[in-house]
Amino acid sequence: MGDFNPNAKGLMGWIDNRFPLTKMWNEHLAQYYAPKNFNFWYFFGSLALLVLVNQIVTGIWLTMHYKTDGALAFASVEYIMRDVDWGWLIRYMHSTGASAFFIVVYLHMFRGLMYGSYRQPRELIWIFGMIIYVALMAEAFMGYLLPWGQMSYWGAQVIISLFGAIPYVGDALSEWIRGDFVVSDATLNRFFAFHVIAVPIVLLGLVVAHIIALHEVGSNNPDGVEIKKNKDENGIPVDGIPFHPYYSVKDIVGVGVFLFFFAAIIFYAPEMGGWFLEHDNFVPADPLTTPPNIVPLWYFTPFYAILRAVPDKFLGVVAMGAAIVVLFLLPWLDRSPVKSIRYRGWIYKIALAIFVVSFFALGYIGTQHPTPTLTMLGRTFSVLYFAFFILMPWYTKMDKTKPVPDRVTFTKH
Amino acid sequence: MANDGVDLKRRRFLTAATSVVGGVGAVYLAVPFVASMQPSARAKAAGAPVEADISKLEPGQMMTVEWRGVPVWIVRRSEATLADLPALNSQLRDPDSDNPDQQPSYCKNINRSIKPEYLIAVGICTHLGCSPSYHPEMGGELGADWKGGFFCPCHGSRFDLSGRVFQGVPAPTNLRVPPHHYLTESRVLVGLDEKGAA
Repeated sequence: MGDFNPNAKGLMGWIDNRFPLTKMWNEHLAQYYAPKNFNFWYFFGSLALLVLVNQIVTGIWLTMHYKTDGALAFASVEYIMRDVDWGWLIRYMHSTGASAFFIVVYLHMFRGLMYGSYRQPRELIWIFGMIIYVALMAEAFMGYLLPWGQMSYWGAQVIISLFGAIPYVGDALSEWIRGDFVVSDATLNRFFAFHVIAVPIVLLGLVVAHIIALHEVGSNNPDGVEIKKNKDENGIPVDGIPFHPYYSVKDIVGVGVFLFFFAAIIFYAPEMGGWFLEHDNFVPADPLTTPPNIVPLWYFTPFYAILRAVPDKFLGVVAMGAAIVVLFLLPWLDRSPVKSIRYRGWIYKIALAIFVVSFFALGYIGTQHPTPTLTMLGRTFSVLYFAFFILMPWYTKMDKTKPVPDRVTFTKH
Repeated sequence: MANDGVDLKRRRFLTAATSVVGGVGAVYLAVPFVASMQPSARAKAAGAPVEADISKLEPGQMMTVEWRGVPVWIVRRSEATLADLPALNSQLRDPDSDNPDQQPSYCKNINRSIKPEYLIAVGICTHLGCSPSYHPEMGGELGADWKGGFFCPCHGSRFDLSGRVFQGVPAPTNLRVPPHHYLTESRVLVGLDEKGAA
């Protein structure tokens, strides 16, 4: 709490006496010191924020024309696509934005895996980030019901039925989520409410918490060196540079490159061959016929493959949930004395490579028709996925590490 | 501020008691919000039984009627199919339909039906609620020893032509047989059994 300064000049002086605007600007931008050795992997945080803004703005505009009604929803989306001026663009920005969100967030999370960004003292940043990820999955899932196509309908049917696998309360719980005995108009309306109000509010709050936690402890960097351990006489980290203007300007380059790809997809491949908008979703929802191959959108398929790998309803759901829960525990599973992959030995590098391959393989298997061979492969990669986490306390300890330098590695340019 | 004469114990008790009472109020306030998400009276009322005319069904054919928003299949099985059913018992999870939730007592038999020829079952997979597809033909893409049945495209669950689930698939139970009874030789009422219970 600052004391009132009667000599403050100008508009900023007037505001700063009443609201800590300059203080906040300095704390979070102009005097927030970030390590000077960030590489391109550090674009994805700010890009996630950009996509979030894109989703909120295009979402608001879509609600101006969308009809939340089982009998009207499908046609209202087609109306937006055909009859509303620029409606196609706003809708494609939103649908492509959903996939872009997950691409950016997965890369952002992979950056954390590589450089140990979840390690002490950044455990809470990671936890907040994971909750954001889970909220994002809920947001995407409920949003996908709204066009009321075949995939919307049957995807929701399958995912809500997952809750039915919980012993004793399962059936009552899935009935409560649907608000009906089957996915219906009641389900559509409540999903709309959650998708446009409840979850976005939670997401925004979590993003604020994520950034506050980050700015409290400071950013990690590709070397995993704590820059706050080495400060100059003014208390500023010698390897730190102010976020603004250095990284605000650098991030604009990232935004430019991102928008290049984003626009290319929106204009030339908005359905991305069925990966971003599934073909079956251009058929109106029919409660009597399941499409021959029902799969969720690509960002859920790794977990969907794990669900399918287990030949038991309840245990399958447990395995799928565990695949996400185990990510939360990462800060406590990693026992390596170093953070960054640059100073880790070969064991972690191979483990991480196997994990990435398993994640992609599961993602592919989850989109395919279940055959015995694919089910076996799905089981193998599910085991590898979990092995990365469960064996981590041992292999990270065994792994030979290289000495970590005192200062970040940086070449002038 | 002087704290002289303040009874801290009493103050702490009052603070705790007020918080508890307020908390109870908040829980009670949650009741209408949670309950309003239950199926509404209208959704509950929409469960009327449906009548189906099965006179045009040839052996091997299947028809679908909608009951409570879900597909109900009516399959006319051939004599050969019915003869094959007992041979499958060893591959099934619940060959004798011992789970009482999945069929009315009058359908607890190997054909899981009132009339042996006609299977009437809810066409919703007991795994995660997809609608399986009807594969009456022998062999084919479902394996050489496939004797006909239902295959769920979502997660690969298999059921025989009595809606009985195979072992080693994710679906835990047999397909559900809804309450039903025959009004005449060729007309069946799905949703009500003889006694009138839903």
